[in-house]
Amino acid sequence: MNFNIPFMRYRRYATIGSLVLLLLSVGSLSFKGLNLGLDFSGGTLIEVSYEEAADLIDIRDLMTNNGFDDFQVVNFGSNSDVLIKVADKNGNSQLGDVIYKFLQDADPSTELKRIEFVGPQIGSELRDQGGLGMLVALGMILLYVAFRFQYKFALGAVAALAHDVVIILGLFSLLSWDFDLTVLAALLAVIGYSLNDTIVVSDRIRENFRGERGFEPDQIVNRSINQTLSRTLITSLTTLLVLFALFLFGGDMIKGFSQALIIGVLVGTYSSIYVVANMLLGLSITQDDLAIPEPEGAEFDDMP
Amino acid sequence: MVLSIGVIYSLPNLYPAKPAIQVAYTDSGKSADQILLNQVKDILEDQATAVESVGLKDNNIIAKFNSFDDQLAGKAALQKILLDEAVVALNLEPTTPQWLKNIGGGPLKLGLDLSGGVHFLLEVDIDSALDNRLESLLNEYRKKFRDDRINVESSRKDNKDLVFSFASDEDYNKALRIFNEDNITPLGTPLYDLMSNSARNLIELAYSQSAIKEIRDYAVGQNLMTLRNRVNELGVSEPIVQRQGSSRIVVQLPGVQDTTAAKKIIGKTANLEFRLEAASTTSRLRKEEFDWQDERMGSAFLEKNIIVAGERVTNASSGFDESGFAQVNITLDMQGGRAMQKATNGNIGRRLGVLFVEQKNKSVLTQDADGNDVIEQTSYIEKEIISLATVQAVLGTAFRITGVGSPQEASELALLLRAGALAAPMKFVEERTVGPSLGKENIELGVRSIIIGLLSVIAFMLFYYRWFGFAANIALFANVVLITGFMSLLGATLTLPGIAGIVLTIGMAVDANVLIFSRIREELKDGKDPQTAIQEGFSRAFVTIVDANVTTLIASIVLYAIGTGPVKGFAITLSIGILTSMFTAILGTRAIINLMYGNKNIKELRV
Repeated sequence: MNFNIPFMRYRRYATIGSLVLLLLSVGSLSFKGLNLGLDFSGGTLIEVSYEEAADLIDIRDLMTNNGFDDFQVVNFGSNSDVLIKVADKNGNSQLGDVIYKFLQDADPSTELKRIEFVGPQIGSELRDQGGLGMLVALGMILLYVAFRFQYKFALGAVAALAHDVVIILGLFSLLSWDFDLTVLAALLAVIGYSLNDTIVVSDRIRENFRGERGFEPDQIVNRSINQTLSRTLITSLTTLLVLFALFLFGGDMIKGFSQALIIGVLVGTYSSIYVVANMLLGLSITQDDLAIPEPEGAEFDDMP
Repeated sequence: MVLSIGVIYSLPNLYPAKPAIQVAYTDSGKSADQILLNQVKDILEDQATAVESVGLKDNNIIAKFNSFDDQLAGKAALQKILLDEAVVALNLEPTTPQWLKNIGGGPLKLGLDLSGGVHFLLEVDIDSALDNRLESLLNEYRKKFRDDRINVESSRKDNKDLVFSFASDEDYNKALRIFNEDNITPLGTPLYDLMSNSARNLIELAYSQSAIKEIRDYAVGQNLMTLRNRVNELGVSEPIVQRQGSSRIVVQLPGVQDTTAAKKIIGKTANLEFRLEAASTTSRLRKEEFDWQDERMGSAFLEKNIIVAGERVTNASSGFDESGFAQVNITLDMQGGRAMQKATNGNIGRRLGVLFVEQKNKSVLTQDADGNDVIEQTSYIEKEIISLATVQAVLGTAFRITGVGSPQEASELALLLRAGALAAPMKFVEERTVGPSLGKENIELGVRSIIIGLLSVIAFMLFYYRWFGFAANIALFANVVLITGFMSLLGATLTLPGIAGIVLTIGMAVDANVLIFSRIREELKDGKDPQTAIQEGFSRAFVTIVDANVTTLIASIVLYAIGTGPVKGFAITLSIGILTSMFTAILGTRAIINLMYGNKNIKELRV
C-alpha cells in the first residue's frame, strides 16, 4: 500500500483536537477524579457466586442488617456472580470472612470466588509508587531517545506519551471505570507500545532528513509518515486483534486491562503521527540538528 | 540452537500434572521414612485404591493417582487410619520425565490467581520491637549504674530516646565512659547516637541508624522463621514465606481455602511458659506433671503458676560460658524481667522449667447418624518441657541457661525459644483469597484468549503477506514456544496478567516482521533486485527494531520494579516476550526466508 496523505496540512486541526481532548481529560481528572480500584483505595472486596441469579436487593439488605453502611453490591460478569466492595478505613482484615459467613448462612449454596483485602497504607503506597513509576519510566525514555536521536525527538516522544496517558486516564475518569493495578500495568504497556510507533516514525524522519536535501521540513515529515503508515496501521491492527480477543474472552478480571490498552493503541497510533510531528515542526527541526557529527579530532589521525 | 533449548524447556508444560497425595509426619522435625512409606502403601492396597505410584520425595511421601476420584478416595482412606500421625494433603504432581528433570526442566509455576489459594501480606511492627529493646536497655543501665555506684538523679524513656541525668560531674564522666565503651561494636559501626550535656550532667541515648536496621532485620528474620514453622503445621504443599521490602512478609498458601484457620495459626502467639519446678512438698493442687519433649527424659512436676510466657522473650541465642561450655542466652522485655526477678528472688537453688506449648489437632474416627465414617477434629494444647535448669542467681531481663549439653543442643534450644515467640507483633495489611473454581476459570479464559489472539494474527498475516506471512507466522509460533520455555527455565510464575502479557506480545511481536517486510517492499519499488531488497530490508529495519524494543523494555523493567505479585508477572512475560520476539522475528524469519528464496534467482518477489 502506498499512501500520500497530506497529514501536515491538517496539523492545526489535530493540534486543536488534541488540546480539546487533553483539556477534557484534565478537567475530568481534577473535578471528578479517578474511580480508584481496591488496590489503590484500600478496603475489602468479596466475590461470590450463586447457583441461580442473585437478588442484589436481598444482599444489600443483608449487608445493612449486619451493620455495614459504606458498601457497593454489583453483578460481576454474569447475574449469578456478585461483587461486594466495602470501604474500610481502619484496615480490618477480617471483614471478608465475616461477610462470607453471613452470606453462606443466608444461602448455603453460596460459593466463594475470591476475597481481597488491601490495608489503607498499602493502598496509598501503591498510589505513590504507581505515579513515581510512571514518571521514572518517562524520564528514562526521554534520556534514551535523547541519546539515540536528539533532544527535540525526545521531547516529541515524551509529549506523545504524556498525551496518551493523560487521555486514557481522562477517559477512565469520565466513564467512571475502575482504575486498579492491572490498568496501571496497561498504562505502562501503552507507554511501551506508543513509543514503539513513535520511534519508528522518528527513525524514518531522521533517515529522510539525512538522506535528502532541498526539501522543506514539513514535506520530509509528511513523506516519512506516509512511508511508515502501512506498517503503523498493520501493527495496530494485529495488536488490536489480540486485545479484542482478550477483552471478549479473557474474563472480567482483566477487562480493565484490555480496555485501557485498546484505547491506548488507538490514541497511541494517532499520537505517533501527529503529536511527534507537531512537536518537531514546532521546535523547528532542521537538517543540521540531525547531521551525523564529525568525529572529533579526526584530522589528527595522520599525525605520527 | 536457542530455539531447540526453548522447545526442550517448554516441553514439561505439555505433560499434564497428575493428582497426588502428599503425606508427611505431623511432627515437622521428623522426615518421612521407609516405615511411613510402607504404611501408606499398605493402606492404599487394603482399600483397593487404584494408585499409580508411591514414593519418597523431599521428606514427604508422594502417592500419584490416575484420576481425581481415586485421589479423593485415597485421601479419605489415609486420613482414617493415619489420623494425627501424619498430615495428608492433596497435591498436583508434575509428570515431567526424568531426563527433562535432570537438565533442570519443569512446568510453569502457577500464580495464586490461577491455582487458587491465599495470599497474606503481614507488616512487622518495628516500632514496638524498638520500644521493647529500649525498655530493657534502660533497665540494664539502671542496674549497671547501681552496681558501679554511679549516682543517677533520674532516668527515663522519652519516645525513642533514653534520658539520664546524673548527680555530680564525677558520676556523669563515669557514665559517659561506660556508654562510650559500649558504643564500640565489633563491626565498627556505632550502636548508639549519644548526646551529652556536661553543663547539666545530662546524657541522651538513642539507637543509631545501623543499630535500628539491625534490630529491624533481626525482628523480621525472626518472625519469618516463626511463620515458616507455623505454616509447616498447615501441611500445605509448596507454601511461600518471604520477606518483602524492609519490614513486610508475604505468605502464600496455594490451595488453602479456609482463611480463618490459616490466620489463626499464622497469628498465634505465646507458646512458651517459664515455671518453677514444684518442690516435693508442694500440694497436688498447685503442681502439674509434664512430659519432656525428649521422650527419654520422662516427666517432671512444675508449679501451676506461670512466671513469664513466650511473648515476653525478645531474644534467645546460643553461646559459650567462661569455661567453654555451651549455654543459651535469653533476653526478656521489661515486664518479663520484673516478673522473673520477683519469682527467682528467694528461690535460688530451685530449678526453672521452660515449657513449649503447641496447639494441635486431634482427629477421631466416629460415625454420624447415617452410619457414615466421619473424622472429627478437636484442637487441644500440648505442653512439653524443653529445659529444666537450676537457678543460680536472681534473674532479670537477661539471663542464661547453662548445662544444656552440646553446642548443637544449645542452638536447638535457642531456636525453640525463639520459635515460640514473635520478635515483634505483626498485622495483616493485605489479603487475597482466590477460590479454586475461579483459578480454573482464569486458566481456561486465559488459554482461550491466547489461542484466539494467535489464530487471528496468523490468519491476518497469511492473508496480507502470503509467503512472507507464512515465515512470520512460524517465527511467531516459535516465539510463543520460547516464552513458555524461558519462563519454565527461569522458574517464573505465570499469573493472569502474565497471560495478558503473552497475548500482548503475540500482537506486538509481528511488528518487527511488518517493519522488515514493508522495508523490503520499498526497496523493491526503488528498483532493486529481489535478493538485494531482502538483504537491505533486513539490515535497514534492524536499527529501528532495536530502538523500538529497548524503549519498551525500559517501560517493562520499571513496571517490574514498582509492581507487586500479578503485575510483576505481567512485566516478566512482557520482557521475556520482547527479547524472544526480537530474536525470532529477526533471525528466525531470516532463516526461513533464506530457505525459501536463498540462492535462487528470483525474477519477481511478491511481498
